[in-house]
Amino acid sequence: MSRTEPAEPAVGAPPAAGPVGSGGRTRQRPPALRLLARPEVGVFLGALAVLVFFLIAAPSVRQGGSMATVLYQSSTIGIMALPVALLMIGGEFDLSAGVAVVTSALTASMLSYQLTVNVWTGVLVALLVSLGAGAFNGWMLVRTGLPSFLVTLGTFLILQGVNLAVTKLVTGNVATDDISDMDGFDQAKALFASSFGVGGVQVKITVVWWLVFAALATWVLLRTRYGNWVFAVGGDRESARAVGVPVTFTKVTLFMLVGFGAWFVGMHQLFSFNTVQSGEGVGQELIYIAAAVIGGCLLTGGHGSAVGPVFGAFMFGMVNQGIVYAGWNPDWFKAFLGVMLLGAVLVNLWVRRTAIRR
Amino acid sequence: MTSETTGTHATVREDTAPGADRPVVELRGAGKTYGTIRALHGVDLAVHPGRVSCVLGDNGAGKSTLIKIISGLHRHTEGEFLVDGAPVSFSSPREALDRGIAAVYQDLATVPLMPVWRNFFLGSELTKGTGPFRRLDIARMKRTADEELRTMGIVLDDLEQPVGTLSGGQRQCVAIARAVHFGARVLILDEPTAALGVKQSGVVLKYIAAARERGLGVIFITHNPHHAYMVGDHFSVLRLGTLELSAARSEITLDTLTHHMAGGAELTALKHELARVGGVDVDELPEDPEPSVQQPAASDPVEGKS
Repeated sequence: MSRTEPAEPAVGAPPAAGPVGSGGRTRQRPPALRLLARPEVGVFLGALAVLVFFLIAAPSVRQGGSMATVLYQSSTIGIMALPVALLMIGGEFDLSAGVAVVTSALTASMLSYQLTVNVWTGVLVALLVSLGAGAFNGWMLVRTGLPSFLVTLGTFLILQGVNLAVTKLVTGNVATDDISDMDGFDQAKALFASSFGVGGVQVKITVVWWLVFAALATWVLLRTRYGNWVFAVGGDRESARAVGVPVTFTKVTLFMLVGFGAWFVGMHQLFSFNTVQSGEGVGQELIYIAAAVIGGCLLTGGHGSAVGPVFGAFMFGMVNQGIVYAGWNPDWFKAFLGVMLLGAVLVNLWVRRTAIRR
Repeated sequence: MTSETTGTHATVREDTAPGADRPVVELRGAGKTYGTIRALHGVDLAVHPGRVSCVLGDNGAGKSTLIKIISGLHRHTEGEFLVDGAPVSFSSPREALDRGIAAVYQDLATVPLMPVWRNFFLGSELTKGTGPFRRLDIARMKRTADEELRTMGIVLDDLEQPVGTLSGGQRQCVAIARAVHFGARVLILDEPTAALGVKQSGVVLKYIAAARERGLGVIFITHNPHHAYMVGDHFSVLRLGTLELSAARSEITLDTLTHHMAGGAELTALKHELARVGGVDVDELPEDPEPSVQQPAASDPVEGKS
């Protein structure tokens, strides 16, 4: 309970807030406060501000094509930020998420190429490997009771090393061979990395997947028993266990969900670029975590949404591309991100304090 | 675990109605040994429907061990533990819950950041639809939670507010109402008033009385004799793992109870020692209100303590 500090003030609050003695009646909170208590409100305003800023500062952002690029950039972060956010609401985080994307892509690519089989075989095996890595993280966490930082730092290092070593062993190179002429490639590309025209603008299909996954995640989080369990295991693990929530199942499946996201993004990279660089992905895990935190998810768990990280990822994509369109030095990107992250955290803190305290 | 548990308490109460005199939960000479440490020994306790059994005792007296046995966290190692007259030995809290025995812990009650209605149904959510479209039946859960809370006398206008915004007493009450709704026949309340102020304690005591009115057996664990005496029908005082006192309300006064709780015979012995040391005017000290109740034969643990 001590971890969920923002919820605590009410305990010490004077009982005068409502005539507690006579039946425990409480006041209805004002609608404005209740709106502010929603985790995605702060980040929505932030995303809006960044958008307006670049619409003014960089005129070329106003073109449809630029917007499609911004959305594409956002979607590749956003698809991973969603399961990372769910995991964070469930009280854990995954440092191996970045390299897991590359592991998945390498598995599919090398397996298909070396065995000369249909790429779909590689895609399916990669899915199993990714889900397996997620399950391993979750299982280790639950069995040992170690913090997720340590467990996933271990898998992060393992996967990073294995990615490089195995790729060199198999291909004699740091990148995989081009698989674009193999059976099933075009089908897979259509699913993971195609684009379609909307009003003369080419939009990447990942944008659609991103929004579909976000809708699905929102529904699961707010409308299913599983979503209820995610909030509960992140909010107070022991209370959740005491009332019969399957804590182990919930945590392990959350890690597997991150594995699924890594697989999806990995397949997108493979089928967009035809080859995979084995050393990539390092540092991306922090971008996903930052997008989730900017999106209003509480790092210690128990609070957050799936919509928030959508806006969080959009802020990243917007700043990343906006700096380029504005003609500034792209080196400023990371500095910008840091400021955004701190700003978002402070806004979220203030919002939650204001909203929860009566 | 889901919808079928709804309203179980109604049927359960039917069952227990004819044998209202028969205890739901009964301990006969029960005890528990952890390795070489005897935490509890020779304890008798009977919990009847519609009655509040208070268990009092100082820190380390064995209260926790007692509730751990009844709530299924630990197995007893001696004596008998009967539910509805049949001997049992629970291996998990889930088994105890299935028999209608629910423990409400001070710190294990609720998830603070979650709304009241989600907390109420946590772990036993109501759903509608099938297969991939199986979803929470939010309207029904909110309605049921509101009804149950109102029956217990808790009126909340906004079930969406996080439980963390409720007062400590109200949170405890939400946990009690939840246990009652999910078919509890026996409620074990572990020091529900320990961390609460005077006013908040009053709220909780009121809900204990409400639970009794609904025909539940309540085991109320506390070290506050005043709280116990306000709602209790039967009082057991534990000392060093054995029963020092076991008395019905009609056989005991608040003074006697307070005396036993405050150290009882131990204080009397101390008084005699102080008289020998001198310097203390023993006559000024309060008189020992000699209890007119039967002491369990086995218990004379006071002398053993130096």
